[in-house]
Amino acid sequence: MTDEDLYVDGDSARWAFGTGFTDPLHGVDQAVPESVDAEGLAACCLALGDDALVSAQRLAEWCTRAPELEEELALANIGLDLLGQARLLYSRAGQVDGTGRGEDAYAYFRDADDFRNVRLAELPCGDFAFTVARLLVLSVWRLAVCEALTAAPDPVLSAIAAKSVKELAYHRRYAAEWAVRLGGGTAESAGRMRAAWDALAPWLDELLTDRTAERLGAHPSAVAARTRAELSHVLAGAGLNRPGDAASRGTSASSMPGSGRDGAHTPQLAPLLAELQSVARAHPDASW
Amino acid sequence: MDITDHPAPAPGTPPGPYDPEAAFEDTIARDQRIEPRDWMPDAYRATLVRQIAQHAHSEIIGMQPEGEWITKAPSLRRKAILFAKVQDEAGHGLYLYSAAETLGADRADLTRRLIDGRQKYSSIFNYPTRTFADVGVIGWFVDGAAICNQVPLCRTSYGPYGRAMVRVCKEESFHQRQGYELLLTMMRGTDEQRAMVQDAVDRWWWPSLMMFGPPDADSPNSARSMAWRIKRHSNDQLRQRFVDMTVPQAEKLGVTLPDPELRWNGERGHHDFGTPDWEELKRVVSGDGPCNAERIARRRAAHEEGAWVREAAASYAAEQAVRTRDGVTA
Repeated sequence: MTDEDLYVDGDSARWAFGTGFTDPLHGVDQAVPESVDAEGLAACCLALGDDALVSAQRLAEWCTRAPELEEELALANIGLDLLGQARLLYSRAGQVDGTGRGEDAYAYFRDADDFRNVRLAELPCGDFAFTVARLLVLSVWRLAVCEALTAAPDPVLSAIAAKSVKELAYHRRYAAEWAVRLGGGTAESAGRMRAAWDALAPWLDELLTDRTAERLGAHPSAVAARTRAELSHVLAGAGLNRPGDAASRGTSASSMPGSGRDGAHTPQLAPLLAELQSVARAHPDASW
Repeated sequence: MDITDHPAPAPGTPPGPYDPEAAFEDTIARDQRIEPRDWMPDAYRATLVRQIAQHAHSEIIGMQPEGEWITKAPSLRRKAILFAKVQDEAGHGLYLYSAAETLGADRADLTRRLIDGRQKYSSIFNYPTRTFADVGVIGWFVDGAAICNQVPLCRTSYGPYGRAMVRVCKEESFHQRQGYELLLTMMRGTDEQRAMVQDAVDRWWWPSLMMFGPPDADSPNSARSMAWRIKRHSNDQLRQRFVDMTVPQAEKLGVTLPDPELRWNGERGHHDFGTPDWEELKRVVSGDGPCNAERIARRRAAHEEGAWVREAAASYAAEQAVRTRDGVTA
């Protein structure tokens, strides 16, 4: 059985619910258009792919630990969406960066300083409030980026972005609903939500000043403005907005120096990758 | 589905005062479904709640042995397959708790009974997963055994349980194929991988045979469940079906099932096989398996650490309900 069996034309589509996927790249010309800067395109795919993979790995850590079964399902759903986005983006990176590498080469055989994810994605899971707050920020930002990239000059990236937009709209809704629920729930949940927001605020600037997708149509200032506006709206609904919040400001004085986009990471990324890569690296000649 | 409180008598039944017990027996005898609003004997209800809750708990605890490998899966494709499978198990747990709720049970109460050790789950999930080959063997054996057990349950006499099983069985079939396909791939890989597969087969074979429960002679509740058509085949019949189904798959895969007594019996038209260690099953069911304490501890920790989230959601929902009632827009 291959992934192709899972697509709607395969017999397996009738085997189980949720397996009748449509190949998002069906009929898309995979040649890199001459007008596209291949190096920039590969860098963009890698950065967005790394954000997605690292986020999916953190969400997978929730498996069997979620506060309720419905959240178990939802967090897995979101993790699977992001894992799927990472796979498509890595495959595209391998097609355009001249190395011909497959998705697993990017995920399993690079070290932490070769990863280009934003550091917000790699921070430890924290509690459910932190997971919700981080998911809200990352999905609002990524949705703004992907919406812009649906018009990217590379047809493959454009198709991946179009698929991602549908998924991210759900991620954003899920996170926003929980942010409001926790913010307006009990004193404890409101306190945890505020603490989560304070903990992630220093990491926002890295995201809001990111220029990775600029030359492909996602302009940083427009993405940042929209991200800030949407976050402010949700935080107001959650009763968490206050003057001076990072979401309302331009750049934060307390932001962390360096950028994951340049390979500068927190000490938390290496152990995350060690776990992710442990089996693959222990059996480098194996086929899975 | 019959949603009337007084279902029409079967053709040929003489008119008379409505007798709910006779109607129940008649429904069973005609192989029709009992539905939530129908009258049912207390013992039928209690048996179903116990069985469905145990099944739901098994799905939820069953996420743990394989769930440990999601973050370590050696390819992104395997990671996605495993993540989706474990998610499916959470979904099965949800359908099953919902089916139990149609009988008047409450999910939170059932969860409490699980983590207090007052209700059981399948003993198979008290064994550890030592290598990634275990993921494939669990799909092949454990999902395969679950299919043997559950396909007949699609026709079980209680409607909501049977309908939940239809969906569960479709997904379990998919999981079994995925597990077997992982093993086929590993057997085509390195010597080390082939050894991992054989080792996992050796460790999971006997516990998988125990999934069907004790031998028929030692299964006191079976006869009544069969009479009520909750169960349709005995433990030993289902175990035989599993062995017969699995032996040719093992040959195709190129692994040896760890049973020197396993051989085809042309007279019976079935495979003969050895006797599982029933003392081991008793020990594991009674809480003394390799991972019982760890599985329950993890479930308890998740439940207790999530309490503040559930309380917040309930508080928020209650406040919204008051605002809606009072006509206040949020």
